[in-house]
Amino acid sequence: MTLLDLEALDEIALGATVLGTGGGGDPTLGKLMAQQAVARHGPIQLLPLDEVPDEEWIIPTAMMGAPTVLVEKIPSGTEVLDAFRMLERRLHCRAVATLSIEAGGVNSMIPMVVAASLGLPIVDADGMGRAFPEIQMVTPTLHGVSATPMALADEKGNQVLLETPDNFWTERLSRAVTIQMGCSANIALYAMQGAIAKRALVKGTLSLARDIGHTLQTCREHKRDPIEALTALLHGRRLCEGKITDVRRRTERGFARGEMDIAGTGRDSGTQCKISFQNENLIFWRDGQPEVTVPDLITVVDEQTGLPITTEALKYGLRVVVLGLPCHPKWRTPEGLALVGPRYFGYEIDYVPLEQ
Amino acid sequence: MSLSNSEPAARTFRLGIDVGGTNTDAVILDASDQVIASVKSPTTPDVSTGIVNALHAVLAASGLPPTAIRYAMLGTTHCTNAIVTRRGLSPVGVLRLGAPATLAVEPLLTWPRDLRQMVCPQSFIVRGGHEYNGEPLAVLDPQEIRKAAQQLKGQVRAVAVTGVFSPVNPDHELRVRDLVRDELGEDVPISLSSEIGSVSLLERENATVLNAALIAVARTAIEGFERAIRQLQIPATLFLGQNDGSLMSVDYALQYPIFTIASGPANSIRGAAYLSQLGEAIVIDIGGTTTDIGILHKGFPRESAVAVEIGGVRTNFRMPDLLSIGLGGGSRVHQNGEIRVGPDSVGYRLTEEARVFGGQQLTATDLAVATGRAQLGDPSRVQSVPAAVAEEGLAYIGRCLEDSIDRIKLSADPVPVVPVGGGSLLLPEQLRGVSEIIRPPHHEVANAIGVAIAQVSGTIDRVFALETMSRTQVLDEAVRLARERACAAGADAESVEILDLEEIPLAYLPGNAVRIKAKAAGALKR
Repeated sequence: MTLLDLEALDEIALGATVLGTGGGGDPTLGKLMAQQAVARHGPIQLLPLDEVPDEEWIIPTAMMGAPTVLVEKIPSGTEVLDAFRMLERRLHCRAVATLSIEAGGVNSMIPMVVAASLGLPIVDADGMGRAFPEIQMVTPTLHGVSATPMALADEKGNQVLLETPDNFWTERLSRAVTIQMGCSANIALYAMQGAIAKRALVKGTLSLARDIGHTLQTCREHKRDPIEALTALLHGRRLCEGKITDVRRRTERGFARGEMDIAGTGRDSGTQCKISFQNENLIFWRDGQPEVTVPDLITVVDEQTGLPITTEALKYGLRVVVLGLPCHPKWRTPEGLALVGPRYFGYEIDYVPLEQ
Repeated sequence: MSLSNSEPAARTFRLGIDVGGTNTDAVILDASDQVIASVKSPTTPDVSTGIVNALHAVLAASGLPPTAIRYAMLGTTHCTNAIVTRRGLSPVGVLRLGAPATLAVEPLLTWPRDLRQMVCPQSFIVRGGHEYNGEPLAVLDPQEIRKAAQQLKGQVRAVAVTGVFSPVNPDHELRVRDLVRDELGEDVPISLSSEIGSVSLLERENATVLNAALIAVARTAIEGFERAIRQLQIPATLFLGQNDGSLMSVDYALQYPIFTIASGPANSIRGAAYLSQLGEAIVIDIGGTTTDIGILHKGFPRESAVAVEIGGVRTNFRMPDLLSIGLGGGSRVHQNGEIRVGPDSVGYRLTEEARVFGGQQLTATDLAVATGRAQLGDPSRVQSVPAAVAEEGLAYIGRCLEDSIDRIKLSADPVPVVPVGGGSLLLPEQLRGVSEIIRPPHHEVANAIGVAIAQVSGTIDRVFALETMSRTQVLDEAVRLARERACAAGADAESVEILDLEEIPLAYLPGNAVRIKAKAAGALKR
């Protein structure tokens, strides 16, 4: 049995930032919440996906809303439990575990608060294998799993239960409720029984996040090349190394969109690269041509430390390495690409897997 | 900048003192900002003795009667030292207005344990605070506040109040201040987070608690300095340097001592601006162990955009954007394989351990002497250093500086560089990415000059919801508040100008919330 302690939370939060591909919300605050909960209630048991009994329910928990609000109006830590319990009541079940629906970013940590506070295990899986901006962008959608019934709760004691005809409606209505709750809400959704969970989820994501975090910390301690270790661990590719020469940002429909230019250095001298982002990094361009696109992961890390850099922290002069990491195979199906491919984000580009 | 029309200009002088890690520098300027005298004197562990020594020396060097000094400006590291050495910090009552929100992360959770135990005997999270749009998050209960205050009575010497979204709406913090003052009396100072930091609750709370813990330190430092100038019969009004390169009155400094942190580098940048007459430049301060690189923007130090750690505590109050590298006059030269310089240094023992001063250690200073770039100590002691080693070492230093300049600047355009401080002889004649290197006279005491010529400023950094106010109204309000703060800090209202007005839209928020930073500055009130 694997137990997650304070140190493991440090590692997972760091790995979650890599999987966040520039977005997903900074996990730091979520980590502090999880660490306070673990300090009070003890370590969390990590439950392998295969060991979830077929007939038992598991309920993912998360936060949605504006990261700016999260870091100012910090949750009470109990509203997410309210959301979890509301869903249990609606489904007439006692869930055997919670889990992360989005292992990239802050939502790697919110379920830890639930698990520690309720003494439940957390399932070693998630619904993306990375971070995405909208509710319906999860692998369970591809398997016909409904996001609803969905519970939303805030610190004031408001609780809302949503039932919607499809997961796109869930996104629209939950976003509206979240704004009324003060731009951040704690949610429970995509409740699943073990049998479907085993087919619909991305397996082993928390262990992977922990391995990533552990690798980066070990490389720092032993002064080993973190970039090489990361690409080997994640079967990824070093897309380019260089210096950020410009960052252009704009806010569109509530999303932080923009581009950054990278002038290649070292083995990439003479090439001009660009990354387009919408919260998360979406498209990597080399000399004007798209080379890697969403849903494959594009992560920008510091050239020396290998530490991930979020889109908010991008600025002129940073020396970076861009890594391309393969997404889960479920995203590479026609259905997966319709949900999260480059065209959904407004780019008239065909997806080509990273490895080709 | 003329200070007084009613006085004969020749009789009005200003004293600037800057306390650094190695030296305490002092200058005396006349009414037209010309340097009359300047001295460098070693910084002492208690800081104050070093200040008094520098004061005596500069007065003697100027030949002026003490009565000629009308203004005394002090840039000091007392507060930084207190945090780093954990000495003199006051116990603070920490009040957070946010319940039922924010309970998931208690106050000071991430602080180093020893500092937390020293500073925070008790903390409370009470009902209150606001939403992102300024509406109340919970109703403030005066009885709850009074009860908390009564429990703090006799336990703390200061109180720090932090409300959720107080940068949008400070109303609850202001009400709590009145309630706490009513319970604890005028003698317990109360710091409000909305006056200190920006959005991001934990970092702002940390900065507010540190500020409250530093008030007694600042009082001791200021009283010591006042005593010293009175003993010397100097009738000057005292001002303190802030970390945005401006001044504040004593009363203001006693409310916001945290703004003295990193005032030294800020003073250097302002001094460089004055000496070079540039508004935009990169300022390189090369000391004995480290080099600080900062940015001069619109005549002031550019602010850092990211959270800054002080003594192991993450804070988000305004700080100058600085890049520090382990390179200075005392940096050791390493000769195994490729020649490297630093980051280890002989530090303050430079005058004993460097070759040109009779020591055994090859330092960056020795390389500068060996190549003839500097005339210091005994050049014959570095004759045995191969020319290739000296040239290669200096080239390495040049590359380090070029790389750092490129990291801190905002675009690829070449910029002018102004070197200041004692180690600037290590700077080569030319640097990549640099349009010109300007070496003004008196650059070695640029920090003391910077604090002596500084204006008085006021800044605000607030989030405004655009639901009830138009954009123009919001900007007007920000400007009004910045002017008000400049006057509160000691500026002459007539001379106050708006130096900077920045609008930062907040992503993901509906209803167009906008963060506005405004900076106003003016001449010293006569």
